[in-house]
Amino acid sequence: MRVVSATEAKNIDGYREALTELLFQLADDELIVGHRDSEWLGLAPDIEEDVAFSSIAQDEVGHAVYYFERLHELGEDDADRLAFDRRADQRRHAVVLERPNGDWAYTIARHFFYDVFDQIRLEALSDSGYVPLAQGVAKIRREEHYHLLHMRLWFTRLGSAGGEAEARMRRAIRDLWPDIGGLFSLGDVERPLVEFGIIPFGAAELQRRWERQVRPAFEEAKLPWPGSPVVPATDGRKGKHTSDLDRLLDSMTEVFRMDPAARW
Amino acid sequence: MSGTRDALWRALQEVKDPEIPTVSLVDLGMIHRLQVAGDRVTVEILPTFVGCPALEIIRRDVRERLLRVDGVADVSVKFVYHPPWTTERITEEGRKQLASFGIAPPRDPGNHPLDIVPPCPYCGAEGGEIHNLFGPTACRSIFYCRRCRQPFEGMKPV
Repeated sequence: MRVVSATEAKNIDGYREALTELLFQLADDELIVGHRDSEWLGLAPDIEEDVAFSSIAQDEVGHAVYYFERLHELGEDDADRLAFDRRADQRRHAVVLERPNGDWAYTIARHFFYDVFDQIRLEALSDSGYVPLAQGVAKIRREEHYHLLHMRLWFTRLGSAGGEAEARMRRAIRDLWPDIGGLFSLGDVERPLVEFGIIPFGAAELQRRWERQVRPAFEEAKLPWPGSPVVPATDGRKGKHTSDLDRLLDSMTEVFRMDPAARW
Repeated sequence: MSGTRDALWRALQEVKDPEIPTVSLVDLGMIHRLQVAGDRVTVEILPTFVGCPALEIIRRDVRERLLRVDGVADVSVKFVYHPPWTTERITEEGRKQLASFGIAPPRDPGNHPLDIVPPCPYCGAEGGEIHNLFGPTACRSIFYCRRCRQPFEGMKPV
């Protein structure tokens, strides 16, 4: 089904609800990973990574704004309020993205796994029947391409370096694995999303494609493959989150809570 | 109306990218469409990057400049993403202006996705290195020229 505008989407029974959930998944993933990226500012291991993570953070938050604007067209609040004025249980990002940055190995491994997933999801959505989404995704994919290149290089270098780098990468992957399956979940709306053609396929195919791209990187990095991840009980796509998100929101929304009308 | 359209395009030529002050929005290929209805003008602009923080400055600069064109009473600026802006939209003139500002114009990637290093904008040497895929703005990377032995900026091909 081809739907060309928000007005049309609002007039199809059940379409708006499914689409809104997916847009929140996309926006919240990008906003939360972008916020975590920005926390490296001034702390990254070298100046080049400081520049890289600031630039990536800016891209991710910019993409979140694009999705929030599509939500606004569908009748949701404006982008600032959606970003800063929603409770934890209204947020739809995967739990793995709200975890604190940890060390550099954890940051790199998480970002690499997320970027592969995001590329696959964007590739799928470039065939979305919801035209405003497919069009934005075509642009966003070109930008995410560079994030993935960067993270893959780091992932394979750190993994194959041996010594402390390898030990930290193994620990990071062990810590990430129970959470990582949460990326593939499409929450409560997987069926209508696929039936309406908003996304061409569901969670199982997203995961299959992800594994097909991630496993060669494990081999290149000389890291053991930990087996297929499963969707954790704390499924962020269903609004379930951890106390890590409460702390993140406290920090991210601090200025907004002081003065919601502040201009800067 | 064609007199006005020409005047509007000439005026847009004077609006430069806030982060690259030698290159106009027209030469960057960012102007998608210009519509004139009576004394009202609508400009559709393609952002170079979705999260470009200069968009509101661009909106203001375009409005202010076009409002100074005779016969224009109202200017509306819209950012659109279809078609996506790509580096292929930069004009020949835009590429020259980029280089004169010290930013190497983008070149088509080779077979490998990291094969994107453009010739050095200072000495023209090829075969430089990627210093950082990310740079001072979303659209730029930092490269290193082996002949001049200095870093230089270049536009990322997107």
